[in-house]
Amino acid sequence: MTLSRHLTVLRTILRRPGGAIAGAWLACVVLAALFAPLLTPYAYDAQVLKEAFQPSSASHLLGTDEFGRDLLTRLIYGARTSLSVSSISILISVVCGMTLGAAAGYFGGSFDRMVTTVVDLSWSFPEILIALMLVAIIGPGTSGTMAAIAVAYLAQFARLTRAQIMTLKSETFIEAAQSLGASHGHILFRHLVPNALAPVLVSAMLATGDAIILEATLGFFGLGAQPPLPSWGSMMSSGSALLFKAPWIIIFPGLAVAVTVVAINLFGDALIAALDIKDQVRRGK
Amino acid sequence: MTPLLRLTDVCVDIGRKRLLDGIGLTLDRGQVLGLVGESGSGKSLTALAIAGLLPLIGGKVTGGAIHFDGMDLTAIGEARLRSLRGKRFGFVMQNPMTALDAVQRIGEQIDIVSRLHLGLSAQAARLRTLDLMAQLRIAEPSAVAEAYPHQLSGGMKQRIVIAMALAGDPELIIADEPTTALDVTVQAQIIQILTRLSRDRGLALLLITHDMGVVAQVCDRVAVLYAGRIAEERAVEPIFEAPSHPYTAALIGCIPRDGMAPGSLHGIPGAVPVSGRYPSGCRFNPRCTHAADLCRQERPALRALPSGGSVACHFAKAETS
Amino acid sequence: MLAYAIRRILMLVPVFLAVSVIIFLILHLLPGDPIDNLLKVGAPVEQRTEMMARYGLDRPLPVQYAIWLGKLLTGDLGTAIVARRPVADLIGQALPHSLALGGLALLFSSVVGILLGFVAALNRDRFLDRAIMGGVLLGSTLPSFWLGLLLILAFSVQLGWFPVSGARSWSSLVLPVLTIGLGGTALVARITRVSMIDVASRDFVMLLHAKGLSPLRIQLRHVLRHALIPVVTILALRIGWILGGAVTVEVVFARPGLGTLLIKALNQHDYPVVQASLLMLAMAVMLGTLFGDLLQAAMDPRVRGALA
Repeated sequence: MTLSRHLTVLRTILRRPGGAIAGAWLACVVLAALFAPLLTPYAYDAQVLKEAFQPSSASHLLGTDEFGRDLLTRLIYGARTSLSVSSISILISVVCGMTLGAAAGYFGGSFDRMVTTVVDLSWSFPEILIALMLVAIIGPGTSGTMAAIAVAYLAQFARLTRAQIMTLKSETFIEAAQSLGASHGHILFRHLVPNALAPVLVSAMLATGDAIILEATLGFFGLGAQPPLPSWGSMMSSGSALLFKAPWIIIFPGLAVAVTVVAINLFGDALIAALDIKDQVRRGK
Repeated sequence: MTPLLRLTDVCVDIGRKRLLDGIGLTLDRGQVLGLVGESGSGKSLTALAIAGLLPLIGGKVTGGAIHFDGMDLTAIGEARLRSLRGKRFGFVMQNPMTALDAVQRIGEQIDIVSRLHLGLSAQAARLRTLDLMAQLRIAEPSAVAEAYPHQLSGGMKQRIVIAMALAGDPELIIADEPTTALDVTVQAQIIQILTRLSRDRGLALLLITHDMGVVAQVCDRVAVLYAGRIAEERAVEPIFEAPSHPYTAALIGCIPRDGMAPGSLHGIPGAVPVSGRYPSGCRFNPRCTHAADLCRQERPALRALPSGGSVACHFAKAETS
Repeated sequence: MLAYAIRRILMLVPVFLAVSVIIFLILHLLPGDPIDNLLKVGAPVEQRTEMMARYGLDRPLPVQYAIWLGKLLTGDLGTAIVARRPVADLIGQALPHSLALGGLALLFSSVVGILLGFVAALNRDRFLDRAIMGGVLLGSTLPSFWLGLLLILAFSVQLGWFPVSGARSWSSLVLPVLTIGLGGTALVARITRVSMIDVASRDFVMLLHAKGLSPLRIQLRHVLRHALIPVVTILALRIGWILGGAVTVEVVFARPGLGTLLIKALNQHDYPVVQASLLMLAMAVMLGTLFGDLLQAAMDPRVRGALA
């Protein structure tokens, strides 16, 4: 895609009110995560026990948690963990899934059957179960979470890429390239993969939203980022125990997750509409 | 005697686009009227307008009248119109492969029409269904009645659709390109079934087609549609002998005949204009070999011809009205 | 139909074997000696050798798997390390709670989801449609454990209508079912709506109108009937998704189900229990998918025809 095409797509997205608001929120969250230390006077792990369980006030806008740490600060640093963990793991997932799906779709035969079987099998299992299985093997923590998310969504991208490659494979320009004696690698990476990229990237974006929820869920179970490092999920791991005493400790991180995921979905929908690839994206689901 | 079906000056809009503009047709009992034209000329829209099904595709009759047996279908309201659909006029669709409900047994799909419109009991309706299927030369009707659509061939499905159209004992059948989606060998059979029904039962048949060859063989009258307007409407024999409209002449020129010199079969240069980009004056003028300045400026009125029928061309030899 | 069912059930056997291999390997893929993972820290050496013999860990891996699978098929799931009880007992206690929760949540999301999707499709692009689909988007993007916590806060703490946690009465099921059900509802409503709109534009619907059938009859008996086929397909594939929601929500509401058992065992490194819980959940997913496929075949003669 050329730059002017990028700009046209962006303009189409921002013209929809949902797309514009969602885009603005996502930009805010990403910027806050990037410049976290500049935005807050507190450290995310500074415990001031005598200030524990404070509700919202001028010095602590969103209140403090059970160790007297500033909740807003932890929320901003938590965005760092949550966003980076989910986007890096989705990136890994996309790269592996695309490679697998493209190879299966392009070469076909018994390799394709094997990949399809495994992928379909893992696809019918809920992501959370796959993730829990992997965390059981790798152990809790950020790297375990990333591996779990990456594997949990792999099937989706492999399916989608394979479906794309299958439809593209029979098109004239591919047959032309083949008859001209282009190598498999050339056809795959120069012709097929670039053409299959748009729907995969959009569904990767939507999956990042799901990954944020999955990260939050693992964090909530105490299997995600380990203390004192905050992530939106691990901030809620005290669970229902604090729900009665200081509900804001639970409400705000969950709200951050919910609003961000809604924003990702709205932005993704606008992107799908702007690129006009609804059918392709749906095919992989 | 008033004709069974008469369309006068019917206009149809979808959104802001006017897709049919001043359509006029007449059709009598026992007659076969061919409605011809290229894709996009508005043939199917005309059929939907008569059946009152335009709202399904977001369309609306915005002018003129559709008289059926004395009633104006555009004025009687949806409830009465629905009681006529399937009962007094049946509908045969273009593609039998997609026209049937894939998860319902064939028999039930035909039964419902006579149960609904003739008030028959389930058993009586089934007997009628089997009888109709036998009349349409469907082998083993009772087995077919228990089958699902995906178990039947295309030609067989189209017979089922025809049986459905006949089940309410209608006076008019509207067949929208009933053979386009079928194998060539089956096409002739279906056309034969439809025309025989018209002769035997005194049914009026509106046969929509783009095949002038079929028109020549089976129709009594023909209406030629171009870009949402009627170009010419006449009895079949005179129109083939001496077409009055250059477009009709061009369509007839597209039929392959015995003894033609190789390379002498011509298409019509250019394409049907899309709605919203119609040329001014006569809509056929950019493709017409006889076009003059008048044709580019003024819309030709639909005028009566001395030999009966009507034509919309500035240069046709017509009666002055 | 019977032939189809048998074929479909036979197709489950290799899937079951594959899943059981993965779950069996969990114990062996763990870093370190599996025995160390099975024993508490500082366990005496005799216990170690006894454990080796009990699990047959001195034999080659395929043999170990065969023994494990054989025991599994006779209902012997091993002994829990922490609770020191047969795992089968723990599972037996947890399973009914999870089945009740998962089943009711599935029922809730199917019924409410289809209803919402149907209403939204009939009012396509009007206010009601936008309101329903907006609510549905929100419902599908909330983390289910958080939604559960909010529901507890609102209905148990503030209003006091339902118990906060536990599984002593039927009323304790309301909030958990609602929490899981809302996510599933969103999925079902969205697919129902899209596929209703898709079906309504097909040729055969036009012909049904041309036959003079009433619009309501067409929508209910034909369009919805067709629209439900993809809904059932997706539900069949996503039954596991709803059961997965049950895992999370059980923990939030402290319900004694498989999910709670699994999470507790994970935190306590009680691997026999982890294996058994995962196996049970995986089997629930497989049986759910099977049920969905059979339902789909019952609804669509083309599917039966293709596999008969």
